[in-house]
Amino acid sequence: MAMTVHVDIVSAEEEIFSGPAAMVFAPAAMGEVGILPRHTPLLTQLKPGEVRVVTPGGEEQFYYVSGGMLEVQPHCVTVLADTALRAKDIDEAAALEAKQRAEEALKDRKGDIDYAKAQSELAEAVAKLQTIQRLRKQAR
Amino acid sequence: MAVGKEIRNQIKSIQNTQKITRAMEMVAASKMRKAQDRMRSSRPYAGKMKNVIGHLAHAHPEYKHPYLLDRDARKIAYIVVSSDRGLCGGLNSNMFRTMLRDMKAWRDKGAQITLTVIGQKAAGFFKRIGANIVSQQTHLGDTPHAHDLIGAIKVVLDAYNSGELDRVYLVFNEFVNTMTQKPCIDQLLPIRAEALEVSMKHHWDYLYEPEAKDVLDVLMERYIESLVYQGVVENIACEQAARMVAMKAASDNAGDLIGQLKLVYNKARQAAITQEISEIVGGAAAV
Repeated sequence: MAMTVHVDIVSAEEEIFSGPAAMVFAPAAMGEVGILPRHTPLLTQLKPGEVRVVTPGGEEQFYYVSGGMLEVQPHCVTVLADTALRAKDIDEAAALEAKQRAEEALKDRKGDIDYAKAQSELAEAVAKLQTIQRLRKQAR
Repeated sequence: MAVGKEIRNQIKSIQNTQKITRAMEMVAASKMRKAQDRMRSSRPYAGKMKNVIGHLAHAHPEYKHPYLLDRDARKIAYIVVSSDRGLCGGLNSNMFRTMLRDMKAWRDKGAQITLTVIGQKAAGFFKRIGANIVSQQTHLGDTPHAHDLIGAIKVVLDAYNSGELDRVYLVFNEFVNTMTQKPCIDQLLPIRAEALEVSMKHHWDYLYEPEAKDVLDVLMERYIESLVYQGVVENIACEQAARMVAMKAASDNAGDLIGQLKLVYNKARQAAITQEISEIVGGAAAV
């Protein structure tokens, strides 16, 4: 039997592929790499692109990754795939958005308190109604 | 017959409520199963990442990443994961109570506290008590995506990198089993060294592309993100489980109430009939 290497492709949300392979191609940050069994340990970043897994039967399987990390050890290859396209400015924008949401929510504090007040008033009114109903029932 | 119209109405309204709670129970049960699957499928990523970081930390004892260095804890941040919706028993309030106790302990030591909230319930609660919220993320839905959390996490990581924070905790509910959910406060940063134990002790190192430091930086960031994501997914499983249990209790209570009301109703009906008969008999005797 030909030599194989165990390949795991995982993302934060799910396990995408797990099984033996004769060879793996991945879009590393500094150019595409092809990995055969007993490759020396390697750790590299991945660019968006496709990971090709050649199964022991000689079949090719394609998986799209939007970036991530590639870890290679002599007998196992791990692709830690990102779930979305990551770029510095996109992350930055997301961070700003999260901050803004908090600020807006704080500004909106009055609205929330009014809501809480209304809720407590409603609860009080319901309680009153219930007492009145009970009294009525007793009076009958 | 006019007897007990109010009671009948009340029975009907309770029955309607019971229908709703029973439906919610079943919905929560099926959602819980899916959430549990998601929880399980997100585990390999964090596990693999932990291995790699463990190897790295072991292979490079001279380079200490800031995420691994313990600083004097003066400024604390919490990332609080809660549900967006209520009707899930004491899930959120238990967690908030545990957390407030922890916060108080830190405040007594003179630490400053900032919060990052995930989920509507935490946002509402901590706004009301006037805590310092720096970023928030709500409406993640039942199938959260890791990239929805990036913004909120980056705010915290940036603050940590620039020295505005000394310690970061993640607060979420741990899924023990369907009946038990445990509020849980985990230390995110600095990463505890014992969490990164490696099995292989002999010395070897990776080839790095590009520099070891850059690779490590990215890895650490992803690792923290995956931990938070896992917390969120676990919390959703907890939410559904808690909702299922709460709705089951509500349906059972509604059943009890209906039983009691039916008893009262039947008694009243019987009394009315007896009275009517005795009136007729009395009337007949008088003739």
